[in-house]
Amino acid sequence: MINSKTTFMGYRRENGRVGVRNHVIILPLDDLSNAACEAVAHNIKGTIVVGHPYGRLQFGADLELHFRTLIGAGSNPNVAAVVVIGIEEEWTNRIVQAIAKTGKPVTGFGIELHGDHDTIMRASKVAKEYAQWASEIRRVECPISDLWVSTKCGESDTTSGCGSNPTVGSAFDKLDPLGVTMCFGETTEITGGENIVADRCATPEVRAAFMKMFDRYQEVIERHKTSDLSDSQPTKGNIAGGLTTIEEKALGNIQKIGKKCKVVGVLDKAEMPTKPGLWFMDSSSAAAEMVTLCAASGYVVHLFPTGQGNVIGNPIIPVIKLCANPRTVRTMSEHVDYDCTGLLQREKNLDQTGNELLEVMMRTCNGRLTAAEALGHNEFVMTRLYESA
Amino acid sequence: MIHFLVHDKKDTVGVAVVEGIKAGQELTGWLMEDDSTVTVKAMNDIPIGHKVATKLVKSGDTIWKYGFDIGKAVADIKVGEHAHVHNIKTKRW
Repeated sequence: MINSKTTFMGYRRENGRVGVRNHVIILPLDDLSNAACEAVAHNIKGTIVVGHPYGRLQFGADLELHFRTLIGAGSNPNVAAVVVIGIEEEWTNRIVQAIAKTGKPVTGFGIELHGDHDTIMRASKVAKEYAQWASEIRRVECPISDLWVSTKCGESDTTSGCGSNPTVGSAFDKLDPLGVTMCFGETTEITGGENIVADRCATPEVRAAFMKMFDRYQEVIERHKTSDLSDSQPTKGNIAGGLTTIEEKALGNIQKIGKKCKVVGVLDKAEMPTKPGLWFMDSSSAAAEMVTLCAASGYVVHLFPTGQGNVIGNPIIPVIKLCANPRTVRTMSEHVDYDCTGLLQREKNLDQTGNELLEVMMRTCNGRLTAAEALGHNEFVMTRLYESA
Repeated sequence: MIHFLVHDKKDTVGVAVVEGIKAGQELTGWLMEDDSTVTVKAMNDIPIGHKVATKLVKSGDTIWKYGFDIGKAVADIKVGEHAHVHNIKTKRW
């Protein structure tokens, strides 16, 4: 059982933040640079590519989010060192300089005037140094208050609302008094439960900021909706699992924030929290987008309840899956890190499942691979705000 | 054996938590709010995770789950009937 004396073995970075993984990442600035990044990661063992399809002709807030996401991913304390490759040097250097503020090793390469071959060779030489350097970094004992934990559920069904989501809520209620930094989001999937979240905000200012974000998203939906959102919210998978309306899905969704912890602030997408406690991040409810934003905000481990069986992972942060649906646990067992089906048969209570989930989380933070990591799931999906120029 | 869960006394529906519920089956439910037991007879097959009505609902009535409004009935729903997208709809959007 965790308490304020609980510690874990993590990687303390140059800026004082603590990671639970020790990645050397090869980060493309843009779509064009994926091939060179993949070649470097192929050349140098112990490095990973964080590939994505964007970064050209974006502008305004959408471009700022692109930079914030890449800079945040590179700055995440689960990352030891970064090689950035872009088609040209100016934007590449913008990423490099921002990540360098964390104090970690980072070098950028522009492809123009060099071509892929020369870029891959130069980047591979640096990546090799980083990989060997990172392999000597040792885990050190860190207090539990150094952890940043995010949550988002996916392929939810009614068992999520009864079992796996309130298990995360129980865990969050236990982590909150220990000074852990936490986050939830999924703005659309709060619909129907927005007043419950508003009532949990710590101050009138936080409440107003939350309602502003919620109302903005509702306007987006009003503008783009067809007849209604019932074709995508709840999703076909949700409906197959028994969820009928967005309100039902939302009420199940917000079980993840527990019964006690207060919302201490709101975050824009990929924005970094500034103090411990539970934060709300304005975000899409699409699993890979939301988990990627959590990684970019600096969270180091993710709790992911699923009902029908979402298989998501992330290249930066370990994604821990928990499930209360006995059929999913039976048919998709290789994806489930923690089975909380006992809750639905009255065999366990939320206090027990919350403690058991936290035990799995601490083992993961100490280095145990999640199911998604072992299976090679590394979905990195950047949120776009609107079309390119 | 718990066949379905009901979160709150106010709720009009419960959630099937076992596979293979058949029409005509006597179902035992766990009312979580006060840790009591409720029973209904299934009128339809109820897949795991799907809802069974625990109270009589008229078309247009609010459907309650978790003690909150989750939408409205678009048809009359009898106790023991499968309650889902064919007889419940959101009040939003």
